[in-house]
Amino acid sequence: MTRLTCTLLGACAVGALSSAAAAQTTLTIATVNNGDMIRMQGLTEDFTADHPDIELEWVTLEENVLRQRVTQDIATNGGQFDVMTIGTYEVPIWANQDWLLALDDLPEDYDVDDLLPSVRTALSVDDTLYAAPFYGESAMVMYRTDLAEEAGVEIPDQPTWDDIMTAAEAMTDQDAGIYGICLRGKPGWGENMAFITAMANSYGARWFDTDWQAQFDSEEWTSAVNDYLMMMNEYGPPGASSNGFNENLSLFQQGKCGMWIDATVAAGFVTDPDDSTVADSVGFAQFPNKDGMDNRGNWLWAWSLAVPASSDAPEAAKEFVAWATSQGYTQLVAEEEGWRAAPPGTRTSLYENPEYQEAAPFAEMTLNSMSAVDTSAPSVQEIPYTGAQFVAIPEFQGIGTAVGQQFSAALAGQVTAEQALQNAQTSTNREMERAGYQD
Amino acid sequence: MARASSTSRKLTVTVFAWLVGLTLFFPVLWTVLTSFKTEAEAIADPPSLLFFNWTLENYVVVQERSNYFRYFWNSVLISVGSTVIGLIIAVPAAWAMAFVPSPRTRGILMWMLSTKMLPPVGVLIPIYLIFRDMNLLDTRTGLIIVMMLINLPIIVWMLYTYFKEIPGEILEAARMDGAQLRNEIIHVLTPMAIPGIASTMLLNVILAWNEAFWTLNLTAAKAAPLTAFIASYSSPEGLFYAKLSAASTMAIAPILILGWFSQKQLVRGLTFGAVK
Amino acid sequence: MATAHSRTAARAMISPAVIFLLLWMIVPLAMTLYFSFLRYNLLMPGMEEWTGFENYRYFLTDPAFSTALINTLLLVGGVLFITLVGGTLLALLLNQDFFGQGIVRVLAIAPFFVMPTVSALVFKNMFMNPVNGLFAFMAEAIGMQPIDWLAEIPLLSITLMVSWTWLPFATLILLTSLQSLDSEQMEASEMDGAGAISRFFYITVPHLARAGTVVVLIETIFLLSIFAEILVTTNGGPGNASTNLTYLVYAESLLRFDVGTGAAGGVVAIILANIVAIFLMRAIGKNLDA
Repeated sequence: MTRLTCTLLGACAVGALSSAAAAQTTLTIATVNNGDMIRMQGLTEDFTADHPDIELEWVTLEENVLRQRVTQDIATNGGQFDVMTIGTYEVPIWANQDWLLALDDLPEDYDVDDLLPSVRTALSVDDTLYAAPFYGESAMVMYRTDLAEEAGVEIPDQPTWDDIMTAAEAMTDQDAGIYGICLRGKPGWGENMAFITAMANSYGARWFDTDWQAQFDSEEWTSAVNDYLMMMNEYGPPGASSNGFNENLSLFQQGKCGMWIDATVAAGFVTDPDDSTVADSVGFAQFPNKDGMDNRGNWLWAWSLAVPASSDAPEAAKEFVAWATSQGYTQLVAEEEGWRAAPPGTRTSLYENPEYQEAAPFAEMTLNSMSAVDTSAPSVQEIPYTGAQFVAIPEFQGIGTAVGQQFSAALAGQVTAEQALQNAQTSTNREMERAGYQD
Repeated sequence: MARASSTSRKLTVTVFAWLVGLTLFFPVLWTVLTSFKTEAEAIADPPSLLFFNWTLENYVVVQERSNYFRYFWNSVLISVGSTVIGLIIAVPAAWAMAFVPSPRTRGILMWMLSTKMLPPVGVLIPIYLIFRDMNLLDTRTGLIIVMMLINLPIIVWMLYTYFKEIPGEILEAARMDGAQLRNEIIHVLTPMAIPGIASTMLLNVILAWNEAFWTLNLTAAKAAPLTAFIASYSSPEGLFYAKLSAASTMAIAPILILGWFSQKQLVRGLTFGAVK
Repeated sequence: MATAHSRTAARAMISPAVIFLLLWMIVPLAMTLYFSFLRYNLLMPGMEEWTGFENYRYFLTDPAFSTALINTLLLVGGVLFITLVGGTLLALLLNQDFFGQGIVRVLAIAPFFVMPTVSALVFKNMFMNPVNGLFAFMAEAIGMQPIDWLAEIPLLSITLMVSWTWLPFATLILLTSLQSLDSEQMEASEMDGAGAISRFFYITVPHLARAGTVVVLIETIFLLSIFAEILVTTNGGPGNASTNLTYLVYAESLLRFDVGTGAAGGVVAIILANIVAIFLMRAIGKNLDA
């Protein structure tokens, strides 16, 4: 008898608990494990204090895994997530599938017009915003001023690839564990292919000609890939074929890289005295170009927060998105961690803020890099696609990753550059033909 | 003379065995040690084995970022739940196979094992769609069902090999006493089978605890177990070796401790009828 | 012997397990089979159409397919070899009388409890990393150039990692079997003047055969679908150097989101796994007929 009562009571207690929980709205937020997002997770009290009825659940994953999970979920209408962290590549494609809710009813004080024009355009379809930028980035050169001085090289604000190669050679001191240049090598369309595509753009290459034929057999690609491999083999760190953004960031912070060409958002982390051993000796320069070529790679990305149509709490999700990408959030980060840590590359007001300019020596370079991007013409040649360090077609994830695997293999010394380019050419044409582009 | 040589032999074996044992254990030990270092010490060259400033900071950081106990609790519920349900289904099946063998018994057993050879990725999308329609995505119930099903063949097989070792005469005797089939199981078989069931249970809790495909793909936040907890540390964020070590230690410690304490039972369970 | 009554009861007792497994196998399998004949890309919903064997053609003509097939066999074979040979040696060692036997056994069994994602992360970052890994420190300490494990010898690195997990498993089974070895028989043959080596090959090895069979069977089941270790460390690369069939199917269906081709690949993998299974059951089943 007592046991039965206990069981019943227990069941009641559990029932009470779960009904109390049901009154709450739970938002499941999928995000990438980059530094700015991790920081946001620590600051959510500011949001939950104002919204006691909303509970936040985080799913933090590595970039490649995150993409797989959210795409799988949204494409099958799985509804596991209420807020997804996606980029400028996904937003237009997904919005066209009606997978994302339009963010056309953001609160008054959100000030949509404050968003950087290039970022806002990239996240809009037919002038409607479908995702709110959390941070935006282009790419630039980050280098160690102390090592450059020691080696007697100078890196101009607008370097050419020759400048970079000379500097890389001079700074490399393998016995001391200093590698002249660190670049992405980890396969993935958003990892090594982001860099290699931008680099190829700056060499005058293009992914496809106007008939959607792959162009890896072109001279521009050959010379871009050969230079990339040469730099990495001669001056790069060991194990580069598995280094992505985060791995390189870690190497640079440890003082093992002379130069690192990557997303502008890294600047805030390499200059952070708490995490970086080289914080006070980092210089910045624009993405290099090839001598005589008027193209600096065209890299534009914004990690953004979007609300999938399958969310069962769209209103709460939108409130969260608005909070996390607001000026208020930027202010909050500034109060907690200083202006240098504010999420960059989304709002004009940030770059006009004297306190930010003061605290972030990379502010101007970031803004210059971002405004120099032309996503409608990433290559100097005629092309049938838009994009920047990616090609804005749904098939690109698969193709880009397959090609990235080839270049990563070349970097690891498993295949020659020639072979990698040839494999890339074959596999890309194979996929494009199947997808019906080349009919 | 003979004794001296046998003692020195024993000493040699001791040294050698300890070396091998420590080498095998070293990756675990190193992870645990690193989890108490600062990030800077974790990558120090040369690395220090014991003489560093022990700190608990990494654990604090990891705990702040992701609430360990929730993941832990999900892991416990999923692994224990799936094993218990699996046992409820498997015990009768294994009992019947062992004591009422039919010509098809071996075929059924082998077929069951062969279902484990299906590559899970091949059926992920169908399962995902089914789970979506049944509202099982990101629920512990869903995961318990999947874990139960993928481990069921192993459970049946292990139990089968145990039950076969129970001498049939006892059962015959029980039957002559007029005991019913059910009573037979409860009063005669179960007490003899308990050690076997215990070790089966242990092994399957371990397998379910460590399973990292379904647990990652079918959960988001609410039902996410420790495999998902560790997945969020899978690429570096600045200096991260010490934090990774702390998270790793937290993920493996419970099962490691359970495994060590129940080592004897587990070892018995691992024979799969290999030893008559 | 068994009565008709007990047979009926037995059937009733087996059926829940059989029905559950049958459902678990057939429903997703039927769906996979259906998808494999569709042009079905997750990113382009509403465009599904029947394509016949196109997906199979596409998957089988993928240059990565043969690589993945060979890698799968190498990986399974490599781990089986290392764990069987290493496990036997280790079992022989642990079967000796020495100080601290219990503790050494506890140490040696530990890797089996470590979840694959953790062991892969730990090996990748803290041991095999060519800049900060412990292996690199050790190589440098003795004046060697550190190996970039996951780029230079990716498949072997993964094989070693997986072997580390499964070695204790093999060891324990073999050790239990060893302990049941009839010591009288050993002593008798010792009297007959048989040397340690011939005793090992003529008495110990045949005795361990049955345990070895079990190891092969169980490990193969798990090794055919190795996934987490590859995903965490190499993503199947560099190139396709460490892509196994499971990973290739994953890449098709979840990186390229081509569910149709992924399903075709899944069906191919299932057929191949079943061929392996049939061989295994044939070769091993007899041995297991307890």
